[in-house]
Amino acid sequence: MTITKRFWIALVFSLPMLVGMILMPFGIMIPGGEWTQFILTTIVMAVAARPFLQSAWASFKKHHSNMDTLVAIGTATAYIYSIYAMITHQSVFFESAAFVVTFVLLGQVFEERMRNNASNAIEKLVDLQAKEAEVMRDGKLVKIPLSEVVQGDLIRVKPGQKIAVDGVITEGSSTVDESMVTGESMPVTKKIGDKVIGSTMNSNGTFMFKAEKVGSDTMLSQIVELVKKAQNSHAPIQNLTDKVSEIFVPVVLILSILTFLVWYVFLGATIAQALIFAVSVVVIACPCALGLATPTALMVGTGRGAKMGILIKNGEVLEEVNDVKTVVMDKTGTITNGKPEVTNIIGDSQQVLKLAAALEESSEHPLATAILDKAKADTIQADKADSFQAIEGKGVEAVVNGQKAFVGNDKLLNDVKISTELENKMVQLQNEAKTVVFVGLNQEVIGMIAIQDAPKATSKEAIATLKARGLRTVMLTGDNERVAKAIAQEVGIDEVIADVLPGDKADHVEKLQKQGKVAFVGDGINDAPALTMADVGIAMGSGTDIAIESGGIVLMKNDLRDVAKALELSKKTFNRIKLNLFWAFIYNVLGIPVAAGLFFAVGLTLSPELAGLAMAFSSLSVVTSSVLLNKAKIDTKVKTA
Amino acid sequence: MTKVIVLIVGLAIIGFILWWFFGNHQVVQATADVKNNNQSVDVEVNGGYSPEVVTLKKGVPATINFTRKDASSCLDRVVFSDFGINRELPQNEQQTVEIDTSKSGEFNWACGMDMFHGKVIIK
Repeated sequence: MTITKRFWIALVFSLPMLVGMILMPFGIMIPGGEWTQFILTTIVMAVAARPFLQSAWASFKKHHSNMDTLVAIGTATAYIYSIYAMITHQSVFFESAAFVVTFVLLGQVFEERMRNNASNAIEKLVDLQAKEAEVMRDGKLVKIPLSEVVQGDLIRVKPGQKIAVDGVITEGSSTVDESMVTGESMPVTKKIGDKVIGSTMNSNGTFMFKAEKVGSDTMLSQIVELVKKAQNSHAPIQNLTDKVSEIFVPVVLILSILTFLVWYVFLGATIAQALIFAVSVVVIACPCALGLATPTALMVGTGRGAKMGILIKNGEVLEEVNDVKTVVMDKTGTITNGKPEVTNIIGDSQQVLKLAAALEESSEHPLATAILDKAKADTIQADKADSFQAIEGKGVEAVVNGQKAFVGNDKLLNDVKISTELENKMVQLQNEAKTVVFVGLNQEVIGMIAIQDAPKATSKEAIATLKARGLRTVMLTGDNERVAKAIAQEVGIDEVIADVLPGDKADHVEKLQKQGKVAFVGDGINDAPALTMADVGIAMGSGTDIAIESGGIVLMKNDLRDVAKALELSKKTFNRIKLNLFWAFIYNVLGIPVAAGLFFAVGLTLSPELAGLAMAFSSLSVVTSSVLLNKAKIDTKVKTA
Repeated sequence: MTKVIVLIVGLAIIGFILWWFFGNHQVVQATADVKNNNQSVDVEVNGGYSPEVVTLKKGVPATINFTRKDASSCLDRVVFSDFGINRELPQNEQQTVEIDTSKSGEFNWACGMDMFHGKVIIK
């Protein structure tokens, strides 16, 4: 029998007694008097309350106790005493037993709903998956269920369709709404060679892509796995409640017996009065609220994070975030785009770029890529170059249009001529943290290209938000001090640690930890040791497996602003856990003395019915408070000056 | 006189509660049988778990079959926090939970409210 059904039965058979209780002051009695009460309550006890009794007995035999133990003992005591009282013609309190059962069940009905609500986030994520895919098989496109898609399949995606699995576009282009996975609300343009994520929504174009990851390897599956683990993880703060819950029920039983003894033996109350106090104590105590406080908040908090593209790995991370004093950030790819771009061209820009593009065409160097991208963006056709020759550690030279041309770094300057005007310009650019590439013809520099790994548009705002939260910001980079300082100044970072070898990042984090807890934000493989070393490792965007593995928090979007959001969410979740625990403890600490009649002298007492109602709502209120975390404001906007 | 008797009986019950719940009592343990490179253990959920401690062999794929006999909503879920497993246990229905035995160690499981506990030992 479901809890809901049991509740309705309990309610239907308790109602007449409630009506009777209300009508009593008006001199109207329900027909049958005690006998009616006895029959109604017997039905409630036998049908609605029986599972409590069974469960209590089963755990008792195993030397365990639970909430059911309390409900069973409380109601059974009231019921059995009332039968005894009926036989000996004393006043009965059958209705207490019936009402307590009804209220407790009412609480459980709500609680069950709320708990399901709290754990829904995961199912919603799984529901995001496409159900089928149009796959190329034997030269024909066929629709097959998602589970039959294998790695290497070519899959067609039409406008408005969901992308089935992770892969790379081989044909066509489109814009894709990736918000369900990354939380990024702007659609992303995708063309040949770009990666697509399974379960995201294609908007306007048709394209073909090659499946790279299927089944449990897809990003969504991994996110689901991660969130599942997080939702069920153990927060260290729970150790306390674990200890309490172990002894909670027996202690309450002992308190209740003591209550009875004190009232009956020492204060001269009647057996009935003493029993009512004892039963109230048993009924009001609610270990469930304690037990539910942490898991439900954890579940809602991590679930909400997943929706925003912020994956919090476990409860431990939540606690650590609370004390974080310093946020250390990797520069390349975290604060900056991680992709050098041409910012200035000095000289005849058309000619300079044309020449540079010709020389760099076959180079793989990131700076070359930046130049070629710029040429492409400006639709500049590169000249044809031949007889390439590398100038060791300095650059490259080749013959273009019959003239000897070269491209290279400032080490070239010893070999070639440069005008004072260009030289002044060079110093200025270098002071702006830009890398300068020299372009020349016939031993003379004709122009320069300045390249910079520019900060992301959102970095400045993100840093300002972190600072507004009172956090110390530190940038860690392998770049030279001048470049690093210029970038730091641009985005507003307090401190710079430059010239750091990749292997030393973790050591620097360790040093900073001496002054307080440190969060490290990074994205690359070389950040993994630092991510692990930091109290809170925040892995960014890119989703390299090793970074995800090492980070305690994973940001799906490559946006530094999410760091503040993640910190805020963690803090909110942890505070909610603390609040829940506080209320659960306070409730028991205050409720039990009142129920025991400690405040009888000032007229404050609790009948078992009210105690039952209070207990039902204590666990309900904890779960509700957790679910409300979904609505809590995560505001990280600050005004940037 | 009645009061003295009641007092004695009450204190006796308290003593009994202390001994019954906090005394050192043996828990039911079980070791999985390995058959065809597979091991499984049946756990009955009724006022707790029996067996409460399950020993599995490392590296052999393992399943634990939970059957909830208890009507209490306290036990309606089983949570393995180390493995990210949170499974609903419908009453009187066997639910199979797969355990990753690649790492050895002790892993606790609990009911949804963290009131009842069990333990898997992988070695």
